[in-house]
Amino acid sequence: MNFDVYEGETFVLMGLSGSGKSTLLRCLNRLIDPSDGHILIDGDDIATMNDKELREARRKKMSMVFQSFALLPHKTVIDNVAFGLEVQGIPKEERYTKAEEAIVKVGLKGHEASKTSQLSGGMQQRVGLARALATDPDILLMDEAFSALDPLIRSEMQDELIALQDKLKKTIVFVSHDLDEALKIGDRIAIMKDGVIAQIGTAEEILTNPADDYVSEFVAGVDRTKILTAENVMKRPEPVVSINSGLTVAMQLMKKHGISSIFVVDPEKTIKGILLIDDAVKAVKEKRTLHDVLITDVPTVAPDEPVKDIIPMVAESQFPLAVVNERNKLLGVIVRGSILGALTIKEED
Amino acid sequence: MVIPEIPIGKVVESGVYWLNDNFGFLMDIFSKFIDFLISGFKDILMFLPPIAFIFVISILVYIVSRRDLKLTIGTAIGFALIESMDLWNLSIETIALVLASALVALVVGIPTGIMAAKNETIFSIVKPVLDFMQTMPSFVYLIPAVIFFGLGNVPGLVATIVFAMPPAIRLTNLGIRQVPVELREVANAFGTTSMQKLIKVELPVALPTIMAGVNQCIMLSLSMVVIAAMIGARGLGYQVLVGIQRVDIAQGFEAGLGIVIIAIVLDRLTQSITPKE
Ligand SMILES: Nc1ncnc2c1ncn2[C@@H]1O[C@H](COP(=O)(O)OP(=O)(O)OP(=O)(O)O)[C@@H](O)[C@H]1O
Ligand SMILES: [Mg+2]
Repeated sequence: MNFDVYEGETFVLMGLSGSGKSTLLRCLNRLIDPSDGHILIDGDDIATMNDKELREARRKKMSMVFQSFALLPHKTVIDNVAFGLEVQGIPKEERYTKAEEAIVKVGLKGHEASKTSQLSGGMQQRVGLARALATDPDILLMDEAFSALDPLIRSEMQDELIALQDKLKKTIVFVSHDLDEALKIGDRIAIMKDGVIAQIGTAEEILTNPADDYVSEFVAGVDRTKILTAENVMKRPEPVVSINSGLTVAMQLMKKHGISSIFVVDPEKTIKGILLIDDAVKAVKEKRTLHDVLITDVPTVAPDEPVKDIIPMVAESQFPLAVVNERNKLLGVIVRGSILGALTIKEED
Repeated sequence: MVIPEIPIGKVVESGVYWLNDNFGFLMDIFSKFIDFLISGFKDILMFLPPIAFIFVISILVYIVSRRDLKLTIGTAIGFALIESMDLWNLSIETIALVLASALVALVVGIPTGIMAAKNETIFSIVKPVLDFMQTMPSFVYLIPAVIFFGLGNVPGLVATIVFAMPPAIRLTNLGIRQVPVELREVANAFGTTSMQKLIKVELPVALPTIMAGVNQCIMLSLSMVVIAAMIGARGLGYQVLVGIQRVDIAQGFEAGLGIVIIAIVLDRLTQSITPKE
């Protein structure tokens, strides 16, 4: 297999137990020697490095966070965090300064002198994360870093990792067997099966366009409403009627398409309002214009709005939802049916 | 039908003479070294008069046992009892023998254990030797010691060193092998050299197990040092032996009590400096 991990992205390796996630991750820093192939970091091939070069790369370029925390039981929190720096031979004062920075980043201030065994699981993994951050590596390798934590703490840690990553912009390779976690934190996801990668892509790409049966089965259980956005479920905004055309045109369009309401836009496709068929019929009888019966207070959503938040809006509103960009240009339309359609997995293709 | 007599004894004897003729100088050096160790420890321990010694040792125990008051008081009373039984010099001699033999056993045993844990070839050589040594009664160790070093403190110590070394090797090996894989991975992932990995991760993590080996090594040393009285080692053991030979209940009992006191103090002390999980 062949894949790239881009600088500054969170890349998630995902798959069932035994699919080779940990093995692949451990090849990246050669805790497991790859039998063949190349691992290039900034152009240097990890796979062919001698011991000294490899040590240097492990010290400076990348560090690792472990599933079972793997803290050193004989060291205090700050000495655990400073471990990577100690290995590099950095004098005590300097390494404590740097370790302290990492401790603050993960929110463990005040626990520097604690024994690690006295900390809760969540706190222990913060120490593990701080230890990995302390050497200021470009790359973080995280093997099921949050799997040993209970769900609430886990979700909290995921949020914090996302927040940290926003600031630090590390390149993270994160192993997970939890698809929800992968979708939440991953910029891109690789789904592994039997030691090979079945598909690489963003969450949306994988959900909307699974490469094979294995992947589509794998993602079947996912709560799609959290992943899919307005953009994924909207329909083309057709038909629409120009604000400059008359009521009759609008009524004809509605009749032709068998719909009971229609969006009204200006020539730049900026949304102006919605016209209901009943109002239109009444207005024609009473000789009034489009402007008189136009409902301008239409519910709109941004294209990146998660479906989870759209569902209640669709349920409440008696009109279709308009998906608009920041300049109120009409991009698409969401009706109840379109959400249902997008959430059911296509059996074919 | 007569089974012919095989001259095993004679063969061994001539072999030993040959060894003595050709490598005698090595044994002399070793002998001198052991003598030096024993008298060194004795000089240090004898430096203070009993009362001052008891005072100093109590403070020391108090510190290394992290303020274990019971152990401290027990130690003081025990040593005072030894002095009151007029067994001071003999006890010091025994302690010097124990410390000297345990020191050598540990200095050889712990590195051997480390190497056995790191290298399967060494392990496959060391393990059957240890197993074999474990099946032999302590008594048997005296024979080769006497053959090569005659009678006295030195052969006693040699037998003791050999007898007390296996637990140090075994438990060091075990302790290092038991270091969790993930902690080794941590060391590797952060770019340690193998020496750094050993010193910063493996030894500290294995320390409780290694200390259990140290404790056993010291306790076995004490028991063997007593038995070694049979080949001329001095100290309380000799006193017990004489007590037995003369059926002198009083002398035998007092010397035995002295040994028990030393045993308890050494045991508690090594246990109390073992780091807890
Ligand atoms: N590409 C590969 N070539 C050969 N063997 C492999 C490969 N990938 C994985 N394996 C083997 O598969 C086994 C399981 O792999 P691994 O531990 O990496 O799985 P995992 O996905 O991390 O599972 P878990 O979720 O249980 O941690 C290992 O014994 C490993 O040696
Ligand atoms: Mg794994």
